[in-house]
Formats: sequence, structure tokens, C-alpha cells
Amino acid sequence: MNQDIEARKQELLNQGYTEVYTKTKVLTDAVMHYCPGCGHGTTHRLVAEVIDEMGIQDKTVGVSPVGCSVLAYNYFDVDFQEAAHGRAPALATAVKRLNPDTFVFTYQGDGDLAAIGTAETIHACNRGENITMIFVNNGIYGMTGGQMAPTTLIGMKSATTPYGRRVDINGYPLRITELIATLPGTYYVTRQSVQTPQAVRKAKAAIRQAFENQKLKKGLSFVEILSNCNSGWKMTPVQANKWMEDNMMPNYPVGDIKVEGKLVENVDVARLAVDHPLTVMQ
Amino acid sequence: MTEEIIIAGFGGQGVLSMGKILAYSGVMQDKEVSWMPSYGPEMRGGTANVSVIISDERISSPIINQFDTAIILNQQSLDKFESSVKPGGLLIYDPNGITHEPTRKDISIYKIAATAKAQEMGISKVFNMVVLGGFLKLKPIVEPKYIHEGLEHSLPQRHWNLIPQNEEAIEIGKGLIEPVQVL
Amino acid sequence: MAKELKLMKGNEAIARAMIASGTDGYFGYPITPQSEVMETLMAEKPWETTGMTVLQAESEMASINMVYGGAATGKKVATSSSSPGISLMQEGLTYLAGAEIPCLVVNVMRGGPGLGTIQPSQSDYFQSVKGGGHGDYQLYTLAPASVQEMYDFVFDAWDIAFKYRNPVLILSDGAIGQCMEKLYTRDYVPRWTEEERRKNAPWGTWGKPANRPHNIITSLELESSRQEVFNLKLQAKYAEMKEKEVRYEMLNCEDADYIFVAYGSSSRIAMKAMQMAREKGIKVGLFRLITLFPFPTKQLAEVAKHVKGILCVEMSAGQMIEDVKLATACGVKTEHFGRFGGIIPTPTEVLEALENKIIK
Repeated sequence: MNQDIEARKQELLNQGYTEVYTKTKVLTDAVMHYCPGCGHGTTHRLVAEVIDEMGIQDKTVGVSPVGCSVLAYNYFDVDFQEAAHGRAPALATAVKRLNPDTFVFTYQGDGDLAAIGTAETIHACNRGENITMIFVNNGIYGMTGGQMAPTTLIGMKSATTPYGRRVDINGYPLRITELIATLPGTYYVTRQSVQTPQAVRKAKAAIRQAFENQKLKKGLSFVEILSNCNSGWKMTPVQANKWMEDNMMPNYPVGDIKVEGKLVENVDVARLAVDHPLTVMQ
Repeated sequence: MTEEIIIAGFGGQGVLSMGKILAYSGVMQDKEVSWMPSYGPEMRGGTANVSVIISDERISSPIINQFDTAIILNQQSLDKFESSVKPGGLLIYDPNGITHEPTRKDISIYKIAATAKAQEMGISKVFNMVVLGGFLKLKPIVEPKYIHEGLEHSLPQRHWNLIPQNEEAIEIGKGLIEPVQVL
Repeated sequence: MAKELKLMKGNEAIARAMIASGTDGYFGYPITPQSEVMETLMAEKPWETTGMTVLQAESEMASINMVYGGAATGKKVATSSSSPGISLMQEGLTYLAGAEIPCLVVNVMRGGPGLGTIQPSQSDYFQSVKGGGHGDYQLYTLAPASVQEMYDFVFDAWDIAFKYRNPVLILSDGAIGQCMEKLYTRDYVPRWTEEERRKNAPWGTWGKPANRPHNIITSLELESSRQEVFNLKLQAKYAEMKEKEVRYEMLNCEDADYIFVAYGSSSRIAMKAMQMAREKGIKVGLFRLITLFPFPTKQLAEVAKHVKGILCVEMSAGQMIEDVKLATACGVKTEHFGRFGGIIPTPTEVLEALENKIIK
């Protein structure tokens, strides 16, 4: 930890303050480049806390994508590989197979995981690689300036769908998480979000579960995190979270989809395959 | 000594394995060898051929277009390779299915009715060894004991019980080959 | 396993050399004419003997990126493919070079462009030594001309790859891949122990111990000034390879009036043509390239001073000839002869080309 911060902390503790909140040691002191209000910062922290709490920092290898989280390796104090666009599951496959005692996770966005990397995603899931995949879905290409993603909603505006996504031109949003839940190789598939303290707690429990499954060699665990992209959506963070709840969540319902290798009973994967509510973006 | 051979016929006639047994026998006799197959779609049911070189010296090109010996097992291969036999070289063919006989005057030509003989004796599986026997009668470039070793190395161990049958077929071939034109 | 004399295909030799050289992992995808590599590995089940991992990936893009991920943990990881598959791997190769990851890639070339033909060709020379992917990088490129070299070069590749932290390419073709020749196998080199891996690849990402900073494998550097420094470091590495790691073979070059320059299966055909020429009383030599990068520039220039003409033989429209002309500063008559589309030139054709294009 940064020495100035450490000194200031000691000073406050000496004055009788109590430490109630601190940065996990699995995150570095590097200042994150993420936009204020974006879900990446919170999600990074949750993954790092889980690694810390499980005591696996020295056994963990992360794989970062191309996209907003391309520099994730600067923020996690674990060994890290930076993949080509979409290929993180292929890298992770080999890391885990050649080093079975490590904990391996990919951290990918929607463009990386569900467009250019669809084949790598589906095949790593279908092989049941014993890894954890963290999938941050904000319905847009943030890094390149807000273009349409595979998960962009019908009617949703982006730099390449300036009048809203149209099915006749762009096709349907891809529910990759429901898709991979149907594959026998996936053990745990869930969709969470990080826009409220309650949601954050649930998301952390899901990430913990995903890493615990890896410890027990159960196969692939997949955690989707819905996030806003307030810059890309051209909203304030508060507006963006509200818009996410109103529009993303009906399309991408939050909750477990597959647990211990079985589809959750009240999740209708078949319905999700056809039902795409229209979204209007001002 | 350098012997450059092309073996050509239909896929399934054992062309490649005949070449492999011959090449492996050469290895056992401490010769330099190469075995270069045609490969690709033509392997799947069409024609197959393999160039085998056995030499006392380092082999330059495994890919050659002129041969000391051509062993020909169907009409297409005869049409394709008759002209590739070096002047003074040797052409051996099985007359089964041959409608146009070879016409070269500057090479030795022998025929071996191996297909008919193998069918008659119920040994179609070792048809290719009958042909190999005919070749070895004319050009004993590898000794019989090395042929035995070549068979051992070419066949999976579970098929070693078939080696005596292969060797008998070679002997049958030696008696079956007959001259058509001898220089 | 001890040394043995065997007869085998070039592709099988690659697979057996991978097992025998202590390779930790192989990731591949089927494509003619090299499918025997993975078929042999799967049949040999090395995971039961040496502990080597073998996996059939969903594409060449996945297999090269599995190489990236596995090799980035400091292990010996390899793949093989043929021309169209190698095109798909170019993205991964430039990342591997950019992140300085040692690994082995084997290209058993076939004819192109596009889906082309499955027959042998040598038209990936430019792709192999002039980039292929984006950015300024080089692959150490070995061109085997026999089954024995297919085998031996796998062992050599690991030495070079880890010495320079650079990907190594074995550039072969369908003829050498499919041809069976005599092969002397070697004693097994055991796979590295955990301690050896950590010593030989301290940069690897296998899980950070408390006493070292986290290792990061990346080819990204957003600060241009630092990226330039990194590029200069890469160039210095390539310059050192040019200085120390050039390999070639000269046959009958001492008294030659003319020389063939060739690599891989073309060099074998040229050797036969050389013998035919010598029988006719034409003094021909053969300069065989073993490394395509680094190119034996100085050595070829030296030989070229004493000859009347050079015929470059390559199963392409004429790619290697550019480096031959650069090496000799076009100081001697130099022509290309090749067939392409999967046609293998005959020794007779090569000799005729020498007579018609150079001697006449």
C-alpha cells in the first residue's frame, strides 16, 4: 500500500478512529481508469475480496480481455495475462490444464465474450473447463466509444445504432448467459448486478460460489454482472442505474440460472429465447 | 546402389503398405530410404501411389519423376507412369483390368497375375505381397530376413501372426512373375 | 526411452519429438496435410507417460491462444497447422511475439491462396519472415528438409525459444510432412520440474508468491515512448539472433559456377538437380537455408562473389528470391524457378531452368 496512505491511516487509528472499510490487498494502488459510477470498479473489488478471503492470491491467474477492462492486470495484484480480443477463455483453458492447482478466471465484457469471442466462450463452457468466467454486461462497447454490442437492447441507441437497434437490421440481443446455461459443461451460471448495496452483496456471494466451485473442481462457473455504462449511454450514473433497472433487467433477469449443474426451476430459458421487450431510449 | 521405385494402383490395393514394408526392410538392412505418397482426396477410393527410394547413399530428393522400376496395378496408373520409367528400366504390371498393354520398347516389362492368383487362393488380403515377391525376384535389393523384420515393424504386433502368410505370398509372387519383354 | 532407428512420416516425427523433448502442452486443430501430428499425440497418450497435455481446440484461433495462455505460464507449449490455419493464427502470433512468449508453431505448408490445395507448397515464406501479423516482429524460423530435421528441430526450437523469449516457427511443407524416412530418435528430455520452470521462466504467470510483484503478460503499452523503447529492445534481440543463430548448409559450393538457393523440400529436389548437373559436367552447388529468419545474408553474399549465377528454387511465385537479391545486392544474375498450386517441381525441370534462365 502507498506509504502516504499507510501513514495517514496510522495517524487516524492513533487518534482513536476505528477502521470500518479498507481496500483489499488483492487490489493494487493503481488508480482505476474506469468512469465514475461504472460497475467495473465494484466488480473488480468483489473479485479481489473473494480471492483475498479464500487465501488464494498466490495461486490465482487472471485473464483480461480487450475492452474497458483491458488494463485489469494493473489493478489486481495477482499474476495476469492480457488476451487478444475474445480469446480469454482459450488462454484460461490452457493455464488451468497446464497448471491444475491454480485458480483461473477470465474477466470479459459483452463485446469480447459474446461477439468476437463467442466460439471460445461456448467451447470453454461446453468442455466444462474448471475455471471462473466473470462477464460484465453493459450492452455497449464502452472502450471504443459506445458502439452496438451483441447485448444492446432493441431500440437502444449507440454510436452505430444512432436511431436505436432494429431487429431487421441488427438482429436480436444475444442472451449468451442463458445460452451457455444449456451446455452440459457449465456447473454454475448466474446473473447479478452491482447498482445497490444489496445487489453488491448478492453479486459477491455469487463470485465466491464461482471460485469455491473451482476449488472443488466442479467445472465451469459463469457470473454475469449487469452494469451501467453511463458514459456510453450518455446519462448520469444515477440515471444510468435507473435505466438499467427499468430496461436491462426485464431483458436480462437477475438471479441464478443454473446451480450445481441443474437449470433453476423458475427460470424459463426457452421463453428467454423468444421474448425481447422493446426498449425506448430518449 | 540406388533403386527408385513407383508403386501405383487403386486405393485399397495395399499400394502404400507395400511401399512401407519395402522401405522398412531397407531400413533394417541399413540402407537409406524414403517413402513419398500421393495424398489427399485421391487417396479416398481413387488412385494411390507411392515413390520408394532405397539407396546406399544419402537420398537427395524423395520426390522424383523418373523411376528405375514402376509397379503398376491398374490402367490409369499404367497410362500415367509408363513414360516415367527410365530407359533401360523395369515395368511390372498386373494384367487384371488392363485394356491397353504397355508399348515402350526401351524398358523391360514383366507381368504378374497377382489379383487372379490371390482370388483363386483366397488370399486377397496379401495380394500386395504377391506383387512385392515378383519385384524381389527380379531385383533382390533387400534380403528375405530383412523383409521379415520390415513386416514386423510395419504391422501392429496384434497382426504378427499374419507374417508367415505374408511371406508365403512373397514366395508365390516370385514364382508367378513372367517376362513380356526383356532387354 | 532410448535412441532408436525408425521409419516414420515427418508429421509423426514432429509429434514424437514434442513428447521426447519435454513439451508440456499441445493444442491443435485438424487440417490436411498435418493432421498426423495431433493424431499421433492422441494415440500416444503422453499425459499418461510424460504428463504432457494434449487438447483438440475448436479452431486455430483458439489453439494459438491456448498456446499463448499455457506458454505464458512458463511452460513449453506447441501447436501445428497448415497454411490456412496459420493465417488464422497470425493474430495470436503477433501477441506472442509482442508479449515475448517462447513457444513452438509448426506450419506444414500447402498451396494457396485461400483454401487453395492440400498439396505441398512453399508460398508462406513472406508470411513467415516478413511479419504475417501486424507490427514489427520476427519469428525464429527453421526450415527442415528431412524427417530427421523435423524431429531434431523441435529440440532446437525449445532452446532458442527460451533463450530469446521468442516464438519459434518450424516451416515445413506437405512433402516433408507426408514423406517417410529413417529417423534416429533421441533419449527423452524430461519435462521441467516446478523448480526448473520457475528458474527458466521467472516471468511466467503461475500464481504470485508473496515475495515477488505480480507478473503481467501483455503486449499493450499505451505510452508511445515506452512502446518505442520496447520495440527497440525487440529489434536488438532480432539483431542478436542474426549475429548468433544463423543456420545453413553448403554443398559443392567451393568450386561452383552456379548455385541453387533453396530450403525444405525444394532443397532436396535442387540437390538431385545438382547431382544431375554435375554428371553433365556443370559445376553446380547448393546453398540450403536452414534458418529463414535470421537469413544467412553474409554467408550467401560471400558465396555469391564467386559464382556466375544463382537459381532460387521455391514452390512459390518467387518469395525467398527477394532476400537472396538483398543479400547479394543484386550483384550476380539471380532468377527464380518454382511451381505452385501444389505442383512439386521435378529435378529435371530445375536443371532445365538453370540451363535456360541462368547459363544460356
